[in-house]
Amino acid sequence: MIDPVTLAVALIVASTPILFAAIGELVVEKSGVLNLGVEGMMVIGAVTGFIVAVETGSTLLAMVAGMLGSMVLAAIFGFLVLILLANQVATGLALTLFGLGLAALLGVGYPGQPVPVPLDLFPPPISEWPVVGPVVFGHPPMIYLSIALVVLVWFVLGHTRAGLVVRAVGESHDAAHALGYKVVRVRFLAILFGGACAGLGGAFLSVMRVQNWIEGMTAGAGWIALALVVFASWKPWRVLFGAYLFGGISVLQLRLQVAEVGVPVTLLSASPYLMTILVLVLISSSRVRTHQGAPADLGKVFHAGR
Amino acid sequence: MITLEKREAPSRFWGVATPFVAVLLTMIAGAVMFAALGKDPIAAIRIIFWDPIFSEQFASYSRPQLLVKAAPLILIAVGLSLGFRAGIWNIGAEGQYIIGALCGAAFGLAFYPSESVLIFPGMVLAGLFGGWLWAMIPGVLKTRFGTNEILVSLLLVYVAEAVLASAATNWLRNPDAMGFPGSRNLARHPGTDNPELIAGTGMHWGVVAAMIAVIAAYVVLNRHVVGYQIRLSGQAPRAARFAGVNASRMVLLCLGVSGALAGAAGLFEVSGPGGQISIDFNVGYGFTAIIVAFLGRLNPIGILFAGLLMALTYIGGELAQLMLGIPAPAIQAFQGMLLFFLLALDVLSTYRIRLTARRVAA
Repeated sequence: MIDPVTLAVALIVASTPILFAAIGELVVEKSGVLNLGVEGMMVIGAVTGFIVAVETGSTLLAMVAGMLGSMVLAAIFGFLVLILLANQVATGLALTLFGLGLAALLGVGYPGQPVPVPLDLFPPPISEWPVVGPVVFGHPPMIYLSIALVVLVWFVLGHTRAGLVVRAVGESHDAAHALGYKVVRVRFLAILFGGACAGLGGAFLSVMRVQNWIEGMTAGAGWIALALVVFASWKPWRVLFGAYLFGGISVLQLRLQVAEVGVPVTLLSASPYLMTILVLVLISSSRVRTHQGAPADLGKVFHAGR
Repeated sequence: MITLEKREAPSRFWGVATPFVAVLLTMIAGAVMFAALGKDPIAAIRIIFWDPIFSEQFASYSRPQLLVKAAPLILIAVGLSLGFRAGIWNIGAEGQYIIGALCGAAFGLAFYPSESVLIFPGMVLAGLFGGWLWAMIPGVLKTRFGTNEILVSLLLVYVAEAVLASAATNWLRNPDAMGFPGSRNLARHPGTDNPELIAGTGMHWGVVAAMIAVIAAYVVLNRHVVGYQIRLSGQAPRAARFAGVNASRMVLLCLGVSGALAGAAGLFEVSGPGGQISIDFNVGYGFTAIIVAFLGRLNPIGILFAGLLMALTYIGGELAQLMLGIPAPAIQAFQGMLLFFLLALDVLSTYRIRLTARRVAA
């Protein structure tokens, strides 16, 4: 009824937008900033990426455009919360509301336009091997980039001086400031990185996965990415695992809807969100009061000039 | 060099002035956006902010719409503002709005075709209950397990939309509609309708409820110990704990009240201006209400005016769409911009901007 190989392929493709967004947000949160605007940045990345793909016919330029588009939004967020010391929760919400509106505005006239089909990284003989071919080798380069990004974030955060500075700023901005680290600069760069990742995720979603622009097409993926960071206890490898888990659920529920098994469609289409909530509950209840590895200064306003 | 110096107490002047400056800046930025779309910016701003109320051609239609659109925004925003003041972030009002509408409509339709005068009050209670129940999910999960209420309340919006889809196409579908989705029309059936109370004003029971909510919230915040506890929890959580404020109770109270009000707003909408449960009857009031709450500075009276202004942008936006062909999403971007400017300008009320000579460290 459901072919495991095509399911696995679909799972990887479905997970990648969330994976990009979540790994970016992980770095932002590690630096002590909570950016609730992931959904808005993703949707802007999706629309700018799609527009450039339609206009230029290049998927590479589309990915760059998606990245730059959401970095602009991220920069607005960074300016508001770091320079003007605005409330991070409210500003993140504003970013999402504004991003959804602006994306819909930019995308007028684009739904249904043709975009180039992304090429796979490996040539046909390799990608046609049974099972491993389609699952491991049969993807466009972006899929491999997303996994490479997880490795990179894991390595840089945990094993380099730059990563140590980011974590120090997130754990205690006052101490990091006293040691001479530029708290605002580090956080701003982290926010831009988060924006770039969310934009890549969005552009991947519109240009490569769906190959269309639909208003509000992210449908909560940005929020699931935020939940994933909590689920992963701010650890990069667990983000990868979590993203694939949720990708798996959303792909499986679609197949089950088509297969018309006895489960109500409502329950199936709500299942990715319900599952996210369930996992959040399990994660928060199992290690209550230990903050589950959250950076100590997450979401706090830093003001040096006192 | 420009530096920020923290004020000892927030500036009262800027507290009042920021919403006005923010609206002005949004108008300017909006004009730039409309110009970029190739539309006459001055005309666009005039059509959005002036014509719905003062133009002879449109005012007779637009003026009543002002109350119709402002009522749900104010009702939801008043509830949200209580939580926002206490640092409890319910951002899933859209979901509570949907579930409230569904519960209320289901109650009314259960007694169909009765025309008893008791039906509508029952529907209102069911709407309040539905919204309250949906908001209790993030509330109980937060108090029991420490789960983040922001994420849970937001994710439940998508669950609510799935429930709505099944209601409109399945269990609340009009049996006489020959398979078309959507419930029976509640507004055209005596007993389940939420009629215009004074002809030509747009006044309906939802407007009355919004007024009551504003007054009640004002009294609670300024004259009641609960209001004091809400403000204390937000400004000084530690002090609140030492003062014996029960944090869990605060969470359940703030989420419950905001959920119930959002649910009622949904019910008033489907039984009045909306008319029926349809697959997409919700138009994002639950999200726009977040902007309304901030624009009103989380103050009930401020929210009253902010709701009217935001309703104006909805109506003006529709008019601009009609007159100038400005795409509908432009107005959503416009509203988002307003929130940005508000949050950016807030710095002026909590900090003083000083120009200082750059000092070289010795």
